[in-house]
Amino acid sequence: MSAFVQLNNVSKTFNVSAPWLNRVLERKPETFLHAVSDVSFDIRRGETLALVGESGCGKSTVARLIVGLYTPSRGSITVDGKLMRSADETNDEARLMRRKVQMIFQDPYASLNPRWRVADIVAEPIRTHKLITDSAAVDKRVAELLGFVKLTAKDGEKYPHQFSGGQRQRISIARALASNPEFLICDEPTSALDVSVQAQVLNLMKDLQREMGLTYLFISHNLQVVHHIADRVGVMYLGRLVEIGDKSVVFNDPKHPYTRMLLDAIPDLHMTGKARTPVAGEVPNPLNPPTGCAFNPRCPKKFGPCDQTRPELQGLADRSVACHAVTFS
Amino acid sequence: MEAINRFFDGDVWYSFKQSPITIVAAVFALICILAAVLAPLIAPHNPYDLAQISLINSNLPPAWSVGGNASFLLGTDQQGRDILSTIMYGSRVSLLVALCAVVIAILMGVGLGLLAGYVGGRVDSIIMRLADIQLTFPSILVALLIAGVGRQFVPRDLQDSLAIYVIILSISLTGWVQYARTVRGSTLVEKSKEYVQAARVIGVPRWTIMFRHVLPNVLGPVLVIATLNIATAILTEATLSFLGVGMPSTQPSLGTLISEGNNYLFSGEWWITVFPGLALIVMVVSVNLLGDWLRDALNPKLR
Repeated sequence: MSAFVQLNNVSKTFNVSAPWLNRVLERKPETFLHAVSDVSFDIRRGETLALVGESGCGKSTVARLIVGLYTPSRGSITVDGKLMRSADETNDEARLMRRKVQMIFQDPYASLNPRWRVADIVAEPIRTHKLITDSAAVDKRVAELLGFVKLTAKDGEKYPHQFSGGQRQRISIARALASNPEFLICDEPTSALDVSVQAQVLNLMKDLQREMGLTYLFISHNLQVVHHIADRVGVMYLGRLVEIGDKSVVFNDPKHPYTRMLLDAIPDLHMTGKARTPVAGEVPNPLNPPTGCAFNPRCPKKFGPCDQTRPELQGLADRSVACHAVTFS
Repeated sequence: MEAINRFFDGDVWYSFKQSPITIVAAVFALICILAAVLAPLIAPHNPYDLAQISLINSNLPPAWSVGGNASFLLGTDQQGRDILSTIMYGSRVSLLVALCAVVIAILMGVGLGLLAGYVGGRVDSIIMRLADIQLTFPSILVALLIAGVGRQFVPRDLQDSLAIYVIILSISLTGWVQYARTVRGSTLVEKSKEYVQAARVIGVPRWTIMFRHVLPNVLGPVLVIATLNIATAILTEATLSFLGVGMPSTQPSLGTLISEGNNYLFSGEWWITVFPGLALIVMVVSVNLLGDWLRDALNPKLR
């Protein structure tokens, strides 16, 4: 199967310089934050790719780039062969892309307008794109969408604050599904939820994927959640992809020392007695990244070239990985 | 009906019942408003109907003092007009001017603040620097300037009849800054929330996001400022009228009445200026107290 979503060397740089007057007076240079650097990956139709990594590694930025909330500084993003448009564009093609690509946000308490009734929230994509114009038919469609996420049509009369976190996240999902999208970007959709509710939302998402043939990009820092939902896993570190491959491959036989470090830190529920290794050190300051491999200050396998040259993503038989230790072994 | 029930069950009504000062203020404000609105029906005399006034009754003291007349409770002015009635008619003008000025200031301030906050960049800089410049001048000075300059653009024979529009405009032009700043601040907060991003991802046009998503969420503080500003607007109008650039004596507001009575203060006719002054104080203080209460009642941190 060919790629449905394709990222080609996508980079995003933010200008975080001080105001112009301060720069002139204090003789400071302009400073740039490289949030995402040269990220390339494909997602096949109907598949779930999970992006994992610590806070600040750029995974949310990737999500926002794909959906068009940010425009890439370099590189290109295509969905179904068409170039993704910025969320601020209003031409016909951009509007079509908006319908096809939807997003589920992290915080269910902030992603629903508190002053709108749930039915209006869910109907917003339908009304915006004039998918259905007859108001009775809109109501029917909203009821159907609420049914998909195990809510009732009567819940549409209520306001978001009358729902729990899990229910709100399901409302978000219903809204995201309203324009019949093919590709859903989920930016940590369960990280704000109780563990008991997480499973419920994840299973719902899996069911919907099977029924509607959706493609997911799933952003998370929770490896158990990723293990549950993903087909393939990409690991990011300081704005770069360091390892990407099928879930079973990455989870069972991590090659990159950083992936191994993350997996070793998972609490062991089976009580096998295996010692848990906490993730050591901290993510370096992205404004001043280390030379060579960004992971080298924390890496247990560090050797000669690691602080000299940056390892590129190398395609192995079953995965791609960016690590000198793997390449030279 | 449901909305009314919800209001009486809600926190706001509860905090109202808990505060005796607020209840007293509300009663006084209500009396002032009713007296103003119903002036043609309940005022004992019509002070601007020339057939009803008589110079024989001029400069009568209040009814309870020596020489007072029971039909002129608060006395009369130099033309024999009943002070109580002129106060009622005058507060009508004062309230009308204040309300119109506040409404226009809200429309301007909320619109510009929303635009500055949501669009940002150069639009934001221009609007907010303009607001900053205006804030460096005392607001009464700005109002005086606008009222004074505005008058020059009006033909002389229409000056009196158009005075009310000039004064409304000058008060609202001094008042918008506060709304703009508040709304801009809340807009910046709302804009970064995920529901706005969700709307952008859906493809909702920017103006629709501004008015349908952001606007309803930034109006809370505006209500509070508006209440407090009504009191300020009444005072500004009175000040302008007192200084002679406000309402003409053919259509006097409380400020005009105080100003005119002021001329007779030292010749002993104190009631001409003191009673309109008291009415002004009662009106402003009670509206102010209501505004203070509303600010606290709507502040989630003080609940």
